[in-house]
Amino acid sequence: MSHLSLAVPAATTLIDANWLDYLLVVIYFGFVLGIGFMARRSVSDSIDFFLSGRSLPAWVTGLAFISANLGAVEIMGMSANGAEIGLPTVHYFWVGAIPAMLFLGVVMMPFYYGSKVRSVPEFMFRRFGTGAHLVNAISFAVAQLLIAGVNLYLLGSIVHALLGWPLWVALIVAAAIVLSYITLGGLSAAIYNEVLQFFVIVASLLPLTLIGLHRVGGYGGLKDKIAAFAESAPAAAKVAPAAQQLESWPGQALSGFSSSFLSVIGIVFGLGFVLSFGYWTTNFVEVQRAMASKSISAARKTPIIGAFPKMFVPFIVILPGMVSAVLVKEMIDLKGGGTPAGGASGEGVKYNDALLLLMRDVLPNGLLGLAIAGLLAAFMAGMAANISAFNTVFSYDLWQRYIRKDHSDDYYLRIGRLATVAATVIAIFTATIASSFSNVMDYLQTLFGFFNAPLFATFILGMFWKRMTATAGWVGLSSGTISAVVVAFLSEDAFGSASLGVLGLSGQGASFVAASTAFVVDIVVSVLVTMVTEPKPASELKGLVYSETPKEDLRDPEEASQPWYQRTMPLAGIALLMVLVLNFAF
Amino acid sequence: MSDKTTSTKPAKKTAGAFDIRNIIGSLLGLYGVILLLAGLFADKALDKTGGVNANLWTGIVLIVVSALFLGWARVKPIVVPDEVEKVGDDPTRPAPRRRSGGH
Repeated sequence: MSHLSLAVPAATTLIDANWLDYLLVVIYFGFVLGIGFMARRSVSDSIDFFLSGRSLPAWVTGLAFISANLGAVEIMGMSANGAEIGLPTVHYFWVGAIPAMLFLGVVMMPFYYGSKVRSVPEFMFRRFGTGAHLVNAISFAVAQLLIAGVNLYLLGSIVHALLGWPLWVALIVAAAIVLSYITLGGLSAAIYNEVLQFFVIVASLLPLTLIGLHRVGGYGGLKDKIAAFAESAPAAAKVAPAAQQLESWPGQALSGFSSSFLSVIGIVFGLGFVLSFGYWTTNFVEVQRAMASKSISAARKTPIIGAFPKMFVPFIVILPGMVSAVLVKEMIDLKGGGTPAGGASGEGVKYNDALLLLMRDVLPNGLLGLAIAGLLAAFMAGMAANISAFNTVFSYDLWQRYIRKDHSDDYYLRIGRLATVAATVIAIFTATIASSFSNVMDYLQTLFGFFNAPLFATFILGMFWKRMTATAGWVGLSSGTISAVVVAFLSEDAFGSASLGVLGLSGQGASFVAASTAFVVDIVVSVLVTMVTEPKPASELKGLVYSETPKEDLRDPEEASQPWYQRTMPLAGIALLMVLVLNFAF
Repeated sequence: MSDKTTSTKPAKKTAGAFDIRNIIGSLLGLYGVILLLAGLFADKALDKTGGVNANLWTGIVLIVVSALFLGWARVKPIVVPDEVEKVGDDPTRPAPRRRSGGH
């Protein structure tokens, strides 16, 4: 490491990596760039056909579907939650993601795929026209920039922890790498890289989990240690009681509600139905992968097949967080109410450091390199997915639709490239904001969560109620979003000190209530506005609304001849059953 | 997905290195071999892992998984069809127009 410390005279590093670890990281980058070069050199139709995903089997698109989401926020955020509140974090997966992914595949995908739109905001345009489209496209584009910044910040903090570079140098280098990764590989190689990334992540986090559990004496030992910790922690640290950390239900440690009944309602309706359905069924980053499939059946199966590995992701993300909180010295100190120095940011240990610190403490050199490669891969792919999705929506939904129509192919490709570079530069700035005010970033994410809840309400109402008017579309969407923001301001801490504390809600519970309010307000306002405005003629609604679409357009005729394990509905049924079993088991 | 398109052509073109299973198989295999060697010869750091040779075991598992992927790709190769249909563009969709068509 001497050559590195020559280049940048830096502080001591959080993780002691040696040449073996760097070798594994370099090999990964070699593969990623290799895929990019192969994709670039071979522009023949047949290879293009291969890389674009249209010929890929459903297990590949299914893995790419969950991989696009397995970025910084998921891995670091969920392990941080695991360290802080324990098992209730699984609700983000088993109540949140899985039912929503199944719903996307079973109910909503036929409309997205059948209407041949190329982005989710475009569906909004076809169903509701300009107003709703603008609200959706702009809020999505801005959210992608901010989330790209969060991914970049976490990517930079890994580089900082690894090499000891100052954070701003790490940010710029990481952004340059991601930019070349996007422009070199292009969209076409993205699915390949995402699938590859999935396997590297599992190959690194699974050993980390198993060794971590071995160190604390298995799952039984982990439970005992968490129970003992909760007993002895000082009251000021507000550690949740062991029973709340070790049972997923009723999940009061997550919702922050004092009543266990309300906590269950809040998690099922607020997190499960409103927030997660809103995210998974309307988020273009995710839906894009399924839209690229070769048939309506493959498109529907993409999120359903993705649901199977997704339900086991919590075991390799949340469990290491829980282990870290009872095994790593700094994490024990932090959870006990202390303020240990150090951490990835260099400004004190945070819960986000749980995974990195556990890696430092239990992985030998070699496996450590694999884990670093996995994390870098996840954040790069996450940021690349955000920027690519931003690029598509900006170029086609905003620039071409509203600013410069009817230009050549090359013109929009050039705009797309400029948008990519601009988005990367903006992401560096949002990453800087995230590094100095980590809480501001949380609030912004909470805020953008509010856009998803009314979006889902408008989509679902628009898909099944043909009378719903274009005016109702954008009025419902805006009033739903505004009502969520109002609730967040009235709560105790959803916007930190800016919140007024009129309503006795805090933590995740406040977001659940805000999102649920947005959903209900959106539905009510949409219905009322529809009553006094003109609906679109039924002829324009074919493929967009259930009652106006021929039933055979929503199904794949070939599916009936396939064996049961390749059909949409049986697969969805099995996934639902498995996730119910998991909910009862933990 | 692809096995029935083969029969008539004598020399069928397979995806080869582009097959994602071959890419996954080679990366995991390479990692597996390196970790296996590290487990045998490098510092085992048994105090960190609680007495388990983690590199060795992970290496062995990765080599097995890699063999499964490479074997799967060999048993059921993906065949590239000679002709690939163009995606039918929807005229109402705002996308860059193909150069041949119109404005």
